[in-house]
Amino acid sequence: MEFIKFNGVTKQYKNGVVAIYDLNLSIEKGDFCYIIGGSGSGKSTLIKMLYREEKPTRGEIILGGLKVNKLRNSSVYKLRRKLGVVFQDYRLLPKSNVYENVAFALEAIGLKKRDIRPKVLKAIELVGLKSKLRDYPDNLSGGEQQRVAIARAIVNEPKLLICDEPTGNLDPVMSMEIVKLLEEINKKEGTTVIMVTHDKTIVNKRKKHVIALKEGHLFKDYKKGEYIDEIL
Amino acid sequence: MKFFRILGRSIRDAFKSVGRNFSLSLASISCIIITLVIVAMSIVVSYNVENISNVLREDLTIVAFVSNDADEFVVKKLKLDIEDISNVDKVTFKDKSEIKNEMMKEDEAFENAMKTWDEEENPLQHTYLVKVKDIEEITETATAIKNLDGIDVVKYGEGMVDQLITVFKVAERASIIAVIALVLMTMFLIVNTIKLTIFSRKREISIMRLVGASNFAIKLPFVVEGMILGFLGSILPVIGMIYGYKTLYTYFGGKFFTDIIKLVRPEPFIYYAALIVVGIGILVGMLGSSRAVRKYLKV
Ligand SMILES: Nc1ncnc2c1ncn2[C@@H]1O[C@H](COP(=O)(O)OP(=O)(O)O)[C@@H](O)[C@H]1O
Ligand SMILES: [Mg+2]
Repeated sequence: MEFIKFNGVTKQYKNGVVAIYDLNLSIEKGDFCYIIGGSGSGKSTLIKMLYREEKPTRGEIILGGLKVNKLRNSSVYKLRRKLGVVFQDYRLLPKSNVYENVAFALEAIGLKKRDIRPKVLKAIELVGLKSKLRDYPDNLSGGEQQRVAIARAIVNEPKLLICDEPTGNLDPVMSMEIVKLLEEINKKEGTTVIMVTHDKTIVNKRKKHVIALKEGHLFKDYKKGEYIDEIL
Repeated sequence: MKFFRILGRSIRDAFKSVGRNFSLSLASISCIIITLVIVAMSIVVSYNVENISNVLREDLTIVAFVSNDADEFVVKKLKLDIEDISNVDKVTFKDKSEIKNEMMKEDEAFENAMKTWDEEENPLQHTYLVKVKDIEEITETATAIKNLDGIDVVKYGEGMVDQLITVFKVAERASIIAVIALVLMTMFLIVNTIKLTIFSRKREISIMRLVGASNFAIKLPFVVEGMILGFLGSILPVIGMIYGYKTLYTYFGGKFFTDIIKLVRPEPFIYYAALIVVGIGILVGMLGSSRAVRKYLKV
């Protein structure tokens, strides 16, 4: 079943740069999909259009039956509640501890305190940080901080988890742990995961669906398990 | 219920950031205080002016004395002529024998002197008592009546009334200009205070957006912060106004130098005025912060 679909999507920024050109792709529900490509190939732009941080110049983006490109600005928040986003730089609140950072996502959408607690504890347990509930981001390793960010992204049980180079600041060991965590979330919760990376070794080890971009074009759409040898 | 949770959170956040940007918040609050002190004084003065002119309007009468040379026809026609003047509200005729009777009743000395007069000898004059619509134009109206054929003299509270009204008008206008200037300056300061809060919470705001907080939930803390600044700024002016006016009222014994000018009783007037001042404070704070939110928080 098609969960995500791009139909002839083009994105030209105001400064004239065409970051994505006439892109067609589809991602199935429950899929784990990597998006790879060199720096500036349009990976971030692609996923930004998915969570409506950017609007396509042309074309159509459908997410779970919803036409994302047609969404009114005032309704974007409804889309955001159905997905989670993780970034390379974690984006945690430095003055809040692990629990507060994760709970913030639910407080911001007006959930009740007593409904927030079990959800937060479950998400923190899933990412393996139960023992660091009261620790502040400054006292955590990069890998742990990224786990907090992942917990925050999944705490509202989204259908889709989008990660933009989540391992970009981490060493290979930590990177592999994060990837395994994302795979676990994908399997356990059935969450569709899209992970942007330029780390080809990870991608080749995990043997998943891979979408390769090159200069804003779809370079190749590798089926699950295909080996990626091209130099991007 | 969700609304109240979001509101509760906003109020908590707003108080926190008032504390965090304390010096700029204090500047805003001081500016609001100055503005509201002027607003409070304006309200007290203009409501009193309003009250005084209402009292004057009811009491003030132009008395027009009809010349004793005028025949009956002229006297009758004068009533119509006076009624034709645009500012004239009501005209009452007083016959000179009627006046004589009234005066005799009032004073024994008059009674003795007047008893001897018959109709022909009565030296009093017929009079027209004229009420005006707009008291500010009473001078013009009195002049117009005086210019009519058959009118000898007109009398009204000349001079004092004019002067008082002028003084009050000038005071009122000056305070309106001062209030507008101060409100603008206050808004400017509030916009900047809220801007600082918005910048200091950039990360929080971006995360809120990312996780799907509604625009309302994102904006509310900042608007509430402005309202809190407005409210805090209104406390001192309101206390000053209530105690100040009550003290003044007692000190002057409820009137302003002369018996004609009665001050408005402090209760309940001053409490309503206090509510208005608090309301204006909160409103100015809200408008200032809404402006900042619209300008610096592109949702
Ligand atoms: N906000 C923006 N305004 C203008 N150009 C941008 C913007 N964001 C990205 N670009 C440009 O679009 C191209 C693709 O960028 P991006 O999607 O960030 O690539 P990647 O994530 O693959 O490195 C680049 O040439 C970049 O300079
Ligand atoms: Mg990128």
